[in-house]
Amino acid sequence: MTNLTIIRPNKTFSLKDFKEIWKYKELLYFFTWRDFKVRYKQTAIGASWAIFQPFVTMIVFSLFFGTLAKIPSDNTPYPIFIYVGLLFWQFFSNSLSDTSNSLIANQSIITKVYFPRLILPMSAVITKFADFIIATFILVGLMIYYGYLPNINGLFIIPFLLFITFMISVGGGLILASINVKYRDVRYVLPFFIQILLFVTPVIYPASIAGKYSWLLAFNPMTGVIQTARASLLGTTPINWTLLGLSSAVCVVILVIGVVYFKKTEKYFADII
Amino acid sequence: METIIQIKNLGKKYDIRHQKGRYVTLRDVLVNIFKNPFRFARQKAKEAIGISGKEEFWALKNINLEIKKGEVIGIIGGNGAGKSTLLKILSRITPPTIGEIRINGTVSSLLEVGTGFHPELTGRENIFLNGAILGMTREEMAKKFDAIVEFAGIEKFLDTQVKHYSSGMYVRLAFSVAAHLEPDILIVDEVLAVGDAEFQKKCLGKMDEITKKEGRTILFVSHNMASIQSLCNRCLLLDAGKIIKDDTTIKTIDFYLHGFSKNKKEVVLAEKKEIPAQVLKIKTENEKGELISEIQLGEDVILSIEYSVNKKIDGFNVGTLIFKDDIPVFYSLDSDEEERLLTEAKDAGFYISRIKMPTSLLKEGEYDIQVVFGGVEEHYNQNAFIRTSIINTSDNLTNKSYRSDRRGIIYKKIKWETKKI
Repeated sequence: MTNLTIIRPNKTFSLKDFKEIWKYKELLYFFTWRDFKVRYKQTAIGASWAIFQPFVTMIVFSLFFGTLAKIPSDNTPYPIFIYVGLLFWQFFSNSLSDTSNSLIANQSIITKVYFPRLILPMSAVITKFADFIIATFILVGLMIYYGYLPNINGLFIIPFLLFITFMISVGGGLILASINVKYRDVRYVLPFFIQILLFVTPVIYPASIAGKYSWLLAFNPMTGVIQTARASLLGTTPINWTLLGLSSAVCVVILVIGVVYFKKTEKYFADII
Repeated sequence: METIIQIKNLGKKYDIRHQKGRYVTLRDVLVNIFKNPFRFARQKAKEAIGISGKEEFWALKNINLEIKKGEVIGIIGGNGAGKSTLLKILSRITPPTIGEIRINGTVSSLLEVGTGFHPELTGRENIFLNGAILGMTREEMAKKFDAIVEFAGIEKFLDTQVKHYSSGMYVRLAFSVAAHLEPDILIVDEVLAVGDAEFQKKCLGKMDEITKKEGRTILFVSHNMASIQSLCNRCLLLDAGKIIKDDTTIKTIDFYLHGFSKNKKEVVLAEKKEIPAQVLKIKTENEKGELISEIQLGEDVILSIEYSVNKKIDGFNVGTLIFKDDIPVFYSLDSDEEERLLTEAKDAGFYISRIKMPTSLLKEGEYDIQVVFGGVEEHYNQNAFIRTSIINTSDNLTNKSYRSDRRGIIYKKIKWETKKI
């Protein structure tokens, strides 16, 4: 028989894990489906919430940062400038906070059934990706309104940016989720941490505002993502390939650390959760 | 017959430290490091060379087992015997500390009915979700959907949110999904304890049908000897993490009920200085002060607990619980019954506490009494149990009507008044 399973004390990370996730792809689908379905149950406006949140944030930020504080926006209208930033930022930050909570939120399942635990954080990010897609419609509207045409090369790079954001969220989320199982401090620290992170990421301001220190911002992988998104959609600046390369590198490092740490602690989740 | 599960020298160790009442916070750990850097370093060093001070607890030890295809195996044993741990390791929820298991086939585990059911989703949606969690493919579910709905008998409420279901409907739906699984090996914990008697019967029938017709291997933990007897052909008895009997169902159950648990008039626990408070000895006595392991129906057992308090503890209290088949019978009988005792500190030292347990209210049968300690901050659960049997050897015929195989647990003499009208 080909179905031989061997249970041993020290299971280390291997290629088999990826195969296993593939085997459980339907469960991944169902967890995502459940989260999406449950989230907007018993709400009056349903999935419109996915649009409402970035849209209102955009208006408020445009009013205060754009019109009143006159923060520069690389010579583009502030609303569209910030909306591109917010779109990616909210995808990232919402994913991160949901991922870090994903194990605890499903603790009753973790302690009763086996499945590759990696599926839970992954499905949390995919759910947020659906929100991202919905919120994109506003961006399309804004681009038509302000008369922006994305350049063709730019459109090709967007999926890659999404991929990077996805991987950073999964990687960072895995680290936080594993810590959260043992130390519940994470859920108190994280909202605060994300808020701080918003200010060290060029969401409400362009990276150029930091002047000669802007290289410091580059270590934040979301800097590369948001700057490149603006460059390709709005043509604010030429695409900075070095910056994008650095973001990808940091993303890979976070992802590897996340997966390795998660696998290392995974086996004891059911004992300590 | 081919071997489908092979367990070699399996063991599972827990650190008692992990089992304290509340979550460890990062703050606690950091504060601890800064307050006592040397103690922390010493502790880490000790852990590294393996003489650490924390208490180890082997939930399972030296388990060797071979299971053939198509066998239906019952697993029985008292509280904390390691039954659930064994099932959790077999279903890969928690890893073993040592040893190895080889499983030659697909496994589905049913440690709880309705795992992953979401109250906000409808019955239909939950069937698919729960099926996926238990390892069914979408195709399989689509094929069995009608059978599942019919077995549960909830056709009318299929598109109602599960949160509006009655608890009976909920259990029926959940079990129905599980009953239609088709793994090579099915692992079932005490899940049939929920649901009404008629549905339980239907479930047992379904399980019986599955094994007989399709040659499935089942591992089944239960406290219900009758269902074990009707389903299983082989039965394991676990005690303190070891298999102490592996035989035909009838022989194992007989051994469990009559041979093994008696004659323990006192339980002595190994001394461990590291935990703040610790049970050393539990004794059961009758009202005359004689050590006993069984007591007559209608009499109270006197529990005497010897324990050491290793450091001063605020609001220390001794708690006892009486279990019948894992279900607590009385609200815990604790030593903090007076308000001033809630916060009173107890100095380090050796103590003996005695309590008269209200066993005179219970019918015949086996009861497990557990002793736990609590403080203001945490409680210390040591797995301290003693078993007492309530027996009836008197000639009093009135009492004879309180037979142990009748339903109910509480026994109280009553008086009827009947007259012709």
